[in-house]
Amino acid sequence: MLEVAVRRNLRDYTLEAAFNVGSGETFVLIGENGAGKSSLLFLLSGLLSPESGRISIGERALYDGAYGIDVPAEARDIGFVFQNYAIFPHLTVFENVAFGLRRRKVQASEIRSRVEEHLALLSLENLSAVRADQLSGGERQRTALARALVIAPALLLLDEPVSALDAVAQERMRSELRNYVRRADIPCIAVTHSFRDALSLGDRIGVMERGRIVQNGTPDEMRRSGNEFLHQFFCECRQEHGSH
Amino acid sequence: MRGYFQGRKNLYLTIGGGLLITLLLVFIITPIIGLLFRTTPEQFLASLSDPVVWNALVLSLITASLSTLIIIGVGTPVAWINARHRYPGRELVDTLIDLPLVLPPTVAGLALLMAFGRMGLIGGFFYEFGISIAFTTLAVVIAQIFVSLPFYIRQARASFEQLDTTYELAARSLGSTSLPTFFTVILPLVKSGLIAGAIMSFARALGEFGATIMFAGNFQGRTQTMPLAIYTTMQGDLNASITLSVILVLISFVVIALVKYRLRGDVRC
Repeated sequence: MLEVAVRRNLRDYTLEAAFNVGSGETFVLIGENGAGKSSLLFLLSGLLSPESGRISIGERALYDGAYGIDVPAEARDIGFVFQNYAIFPHLTVFENVAFGLRRRKVQASEIRSRVEEHLALLSLENLSAVRADQLSGGERQRTALARALVIAPALLLLDEPVSALDAVAQERMRSELRNYVRRADIPCIAVTHSFRDALSLGDRIGVMERGRIVQNGTPDEMRRSGNEFLHQFFCECRQEHGSH
Repeated sequence: MRGYFQGRKNLYLTIGGGLLITLLLVFIITPIIGLLFRTTPEQFLASLSDPVVWNALVLSLITASLSTLIIIGVGTPVAWINARHRYPGRELVDTLIDLPLVLPPTVAGLALLMAFGRMGLIGGFFYEFGISIAFTTLAVVIAQIFVSLPFYIRQARASFEQLDTTYELAARSLGSTSLPTFFTVILPLVKSGLIAGAIMSFARALGEFGATIMFAGNFQGRTQTMPLAIYTTMQGDLNASITLSVILVLISFVVIALVKYRLRGDVRC
């Protein structure tokens, strides 16, 4: 179980969020641009420090303002898929995925088997030896996901996880992601603009506005509630369905 | 009517621009051709075995390489710090690093003499132990480092600044601490820019004249680098002077070609 209660002043507003995400559960954050969704992921990953609060996964405290605990990002064991993927362009797909394991000084034979397993999981086997700067958007996204998953993370953070894929691949990726999170039994937080992502990926959905989670509930609960932003979302979704 | 005048205007602009570019090219190329035509391959090869030419060539290549290596070693971390970290006085440091770019080399040489000469602030200290720096090969290297350092640091800093910071963040989130990240992610991604900067620095060090002659003197085999030898031999043996010049012209061409090629090489994703 991931337990979060953090506070940090950003440029335009104060980010203040408190929520829990259970193991095997996917929590989807939706909200307008600049609502603080990505900043929240950065706070959780340790790439940005809160000013106060507490972040813990199970028994392990990653941040605790009161006790001065602040585990550095490189020691948090969090899988993070960035919005622009940040795939290392000078390395092959294999070496990108192996990167986290090499830093952990995992044995070469184990690296090989774990990387190959994850390449297969994301249908990247044939691209193993290809340099990452030769990949398409969707391939880069899958590589980023494989790279984040291979380190067996204690928490998975996804910034726009399926945006670069075509419709069919998106559908497949959503269900695979959801299965993976359940199987690995880790909490997962996904940020998205797409309401379809939110509905099919999220066990729970949180709506962010100016640094706060103003609503938090299951997709069904959200549908029933009357948030203006959500109404917009649903309307857009209907239009989306209508036009396709 | 308007179209007609527009067309006319464009024509004049094209002719004017073309003329200007041609003039500029002639201005740059004529002296170089003049230099090349003053020597024959036989004369060139004969001069190569002249000890003055030979000594200057070897000394120049050794000192300029050494200067460039030292600049890379010291300049890379400084460029990285200035590109990625804010600290009080960063702008001042940046300005001071650029100072040798605009300082006349003779002034730089005199200043180095005041600092590292026998009476100088630092040189005086070393002289107590019987070590003199001025008028030695070491002085040549110091002078070259002083004048060519900014070329590398500027280019390196620009390369670091252009690099997307999410690569570093991704590496951190994957468990990589700063040093491994620097060597496995950042350095390979800015390699081309750093090499281009190093080549520019090397070229500047190779052509160094003013600061060297002021601070290191003009002793064959010890401090007489190619530019100094060109100046010295010009008064007697013009062939040696031209041979050395042709070598420097060739090196300059290679440098420009390498830098152009190298700067295009950095991968972007």
